[in-house]
Amino acid sequence: MSVFPFLSVLTAVPLIGALAILGLGDKRRDRARILALVFSFVALALTLILWHRFDSTSGELQFQELHAWIPSLGAEYHLGIDGLGLVMLLLSALVVPMSIAASSQIRERERLYFSLVLFLQAGLFGTFTALNFFHWFIFWELSLIPAFFLIRLWGGPRSASAATQFFVYTMVGSVALLLAFLALFQCTGTFDFPRLSALAQSGQLVPAIAAHLAWHRFNPEQIALLIFGGTFLGFAVKVPITPFHTWLPLTYAEAPTATTMLLTGAMSKMGVYGFLRIVLPIFFPQIRSVLTPLLWLAVLTIVLSAFAALAQKDLKRIFAYSSINHLGYCMLGVFVAASLTGDAASLTASKTAALDGVILQMFNHGLTASALFWFVALLEARSGGLRGLNDFGGLRRVIPIFTGLMGIALFSSLGLPGLNGFIGEFLIFRGVFPLSTWAASLALIGLLVTAIFILTILQRVFSGPLNERWSNMPDLTVTERLAVSVPIGLMFALGIFPQLVLGIINSTVIRLVQQVRY
Amino acid sequence: MLAWTIYISFLGALVLMLPGVPPRAARGIALLAAIAGFAVTVSGLLRTANGAMATIVHRSWIPSLGIEYHLAADGISLLLVLLTGIVAIAGVLFSWNIDHRSKEFFALYLALIGGVYGVFLSADVFLLFVFYEIAIIPKYFLIAIWGSTRREYAAMKLALYSLVGSAMVLIVLIAAYVIAGAKTMSLLALSQFQFPVHFQMWAFPLMFVGFGILAGLWPFHTWAPTGHVAAPTAASMLLAGVVMKLGAYGCLRVAMTLFPRGLDPWGFTVLGLASWNDVFSLLAVIGIVYGAMVALVQQDFKFVVGYSSVSHMGFVLLGLMTLNRIGLNGAVLQMFSHGVLAALLFAVVGRMVYDRTHTRELAALSKMHLSKAIPFAAVTFVLAAIASIGMPGFSGFVAELQVLIGAWSAFPICVVGAGIGIAISVAYAWRAMQKAFFSDTGLKDTAPLLPPISMPERFGALTLVIASLAVGLYPQWLLNLVIPALNSPLFDGLRKGHW
Repeated sequence: MSVFPFLSVLTAVPLIGALAILGLGDKRRDRARILALVFSFVALALTLILWHRFDSTSGELQFQELHAWIPSLGAEYHLGIDGLGLVMLLLSALVVPMSIAASSQIRERERLYFSLVLFLQAGLFGTFTALNFFHWFIFWELSLIPAFFLIRLWGGPRSASAATQFFVYTMVGSVALLLAFLALFQCTGTFDFPRLSALAQSGQLVPAIAAHLAWHRFNPEQIALLIFGGTFLGFAVKVPITPFHTWLPLTYAEAPTATTMLLTGAMSKMGVYGFLRIVLPIFFPQIRSVLTPLLWLAVLTIVLSAFAALAQKDLKRIFAYSSINHLGYCMLGVFVAASLTGDAASLTASKTAALDGVILQMFNHGLTASALFWFVALLEARSGGLRGLNDFGGLRRVIPIFTGLMGIALFSSLGLPGLNGFIGEFLIFRGVFPLSTWAASLALIGLLVTAIFILTILQRVFSGPLNERWSNMPDLTVTERLAVSVPIGLMFALGIFPQLVLGIINSTVIRLVQQVRY
Repeated sequence: MLAWTIYISFLGALVLMLPGVPPRAARGIALLAAIAGFAVTVSGLLRTANGAMATIVHRSWIPSLGIEYHLAADGISLLLVLLTGIVAIAGVLFSWNIDHRSKEFFALYLALIGGVYGVFLSADVFLLFVFYEIAIIPKYFLIAIWGSTRREYAAMKLALYSLVGSAMVLIVLIAAYVIAGAKTMSLLALSQFQFPVHFQMWAFPLMFVGFGILAGLWPFHTWAPTGHVAAPTAASMLLAGVVMKLGAYGCLRVAMTLFPRGLDPWGFTVLGLASWNDVFSLLAVIGIVYGAMVALVQQDFKFVVGYSSVSHMGFVLLGLMTLNRIGLNGAVLQMFSHGVLAALLFAVVGRMVYDRTHTRELAALSKMHLSKAIPFAAVTFVLAAIASIGMPGFSGFVAELQVLIGAWSAFPICVVGAGIGIAISVAYAWRAMQKAFFSDTGLKDTAPLLPPISMPERFGALTLVIASLAVGLYPQWLLNLVIPALNSPLFDGLRKGHW
């Protein structure tokens, strides 16, 4: 137990920032952007300090804070992070200032916009640190509201329908999640994630269900499967997994691009995080019992979204589908990690690799995807809002620096060795292959198609004959260059020293693999 | 000490009726009285270490009948007194613009509040009944004089429903008094008396329905939407926020404690129902779903909120019928939560929107750019709506969550029904919000020039939002009051028989 409540303070910083921005008077409304940036940097600094003080040799939960909250409801104020939590915190702390820096399009109601962004960040921090369902759910839902309004109020022409779809899908998922956890609480009397996962490991969960939830026609295993289904639905919508993904392309395309960076960079990770923190440690026997269908879903997600990306004409929609595709690999790794391996060392090593890959991929995708959307925002700012695949051509000659930097991000998304995307996907495939060869082989199709549509973008937008309309397009300004070079630099850094992230998560992953062995 | 909540309110009402008091001072006096009542409650809360029953005043009143002037408070009454105080203050703030016969308005308003305080603090059933009746009269006049749409009809309907309910309660009370030996009307003494089971079997449903009418028990709820809609804003806030709780309070405090065996199985089944417990849970769930579905198709903004009240009060009744601790906790918390949120919703619809636009038709409102014209109202409505559909962090969530957990062990099938009700509630809240504030289609070119949201309205809204948020984030404050109260001897019969 640390004395200083680091995690509470970390969550409070953006909240205070949001309130401070709302409180700005009319005369100082132009300071909203600066203030938001300052607060997000403070949060970033805090997470870096957290990283510095984090003991990466231990896979246990650290910086724990535990206070009674509502004893009769099993609700506790329980915070803590392990390697997984820390990586997610770092990612959120990184993506938010990037998004704020990219939000030059936002020209009306700035105070509200930036305070919503900070509310969203608080929701993210809370979600990634809370260890009690009750507490966690508050933040999970808290992040939904600002996201809804960011899409609704600043989005494109079809933002009303996008925001509604986003909200309805996530809400349905949340209700399923809530009902599932109510059932769990009914059986076990606790909402605490570590305690629930301990129950699952000792095999007491199903007997507890048998003792408390007797629905005459179902046996306890089936009820457990049903409860798992509820949580699965809740997170599957958020990731998203096919066929629950249909809200995403519209939402990503219609949201203002800076908001899309947040959605894809940080919020989409909430789903995968949920799988790793909640579903896998508690429901691994249930995942195992329906492993093949789940792997099929993951493979379908990967392959279909890659093909769908190939068919798009709008850069934002392409990257939206590509996001689904990248997170599909994560789901593949998560599901495979639930397979039964017992004490077989080589299989355990494969699972470790897969989960290492999953977490690394989450971070990488967050970084790369938000960088890509940032480039789209920069392009939109230069083209007056145009972002179609066929609206450009030959830009390489007009804006060489932009082309070079965005090219790096595109190659990172494609998984070029030496850049960050490669290691994560490699580790996932390395882990999945021995455990489920067919799934890995089919998923390779996704990689192939990704390469095709990435190269198509490079060709249509940047090469070929110059579209005369853009012959005066200004290249990146010095400030912009400096700003985008941060994520680009990180892509190289992680590509060359993946140990930066792997070092944080390794012990955590080993512990997780130990937990779900039997 | 707490008795002063009652006296201050009635005193305020009396002062307002004095001929010398200028009408312009009326609202100030009312606000002062409301704040004083609230302050008394808070100081009372700070003094009680736990929620156990504590006597405040105990005098003999009609010795020959064994009737006493006995005021007492336990955690549940304290919680509802607190709710009354909060809603009373907000109600005055939201009727700051009343010009028409303002002295009478606020006098009746304070009389109503005094009656409500009285019901919550009575420990003698006769006294409780007297206060319960006192509260009916000002309601009638508030609607009949200051109301809008079909106000005479609505006022009369409300008064008749209330009186029929009271009559049912009164019959049972007299019967119980006689059977128990005609010596006492004390709630505690009666609750300790073992009434014959066959008597409880008919007394319980009669009394539960009698009180339930005021709580919006389906199918006796129809007074509620019309009454809420016709009432002036402050009165709808009190009606939905507090008066409906009188009914639920009566169910829990009198019907269920006096006749706990009335909930036992009949020994036979009719249509799958085996006890009054089953019957009333079913009615509660029907109320939840029906209220939500009807709210979904309303064209009048205020009717949406009116029917949503029926739906949310269904959760209170369902919580009561779970007969387990967590469900009862949830029911009491839901009384508080719905009290605050219904008041807030009516304030937005009635005061912030209707008083400015003079229409409540969603179709007309959707053309007005209201999110731009009065953004404060839009934000407040969104907060109130998401809080009432059960967004975590607000009071509605912890309340409905506990009702659902309780219902899960009592009647799993009801959870499904309630779940459907929640889903529909998301839909109607969504629809009302879109149509009233965020519509894109058919807009007039410019936002109408509406008077800005005034300071009293802002304060009122803030008070209610903070109350909901505080309870949502730290419900333990209230649970610390409710849990010991449920352990008191008053609930002995219920505890022995059912949990």
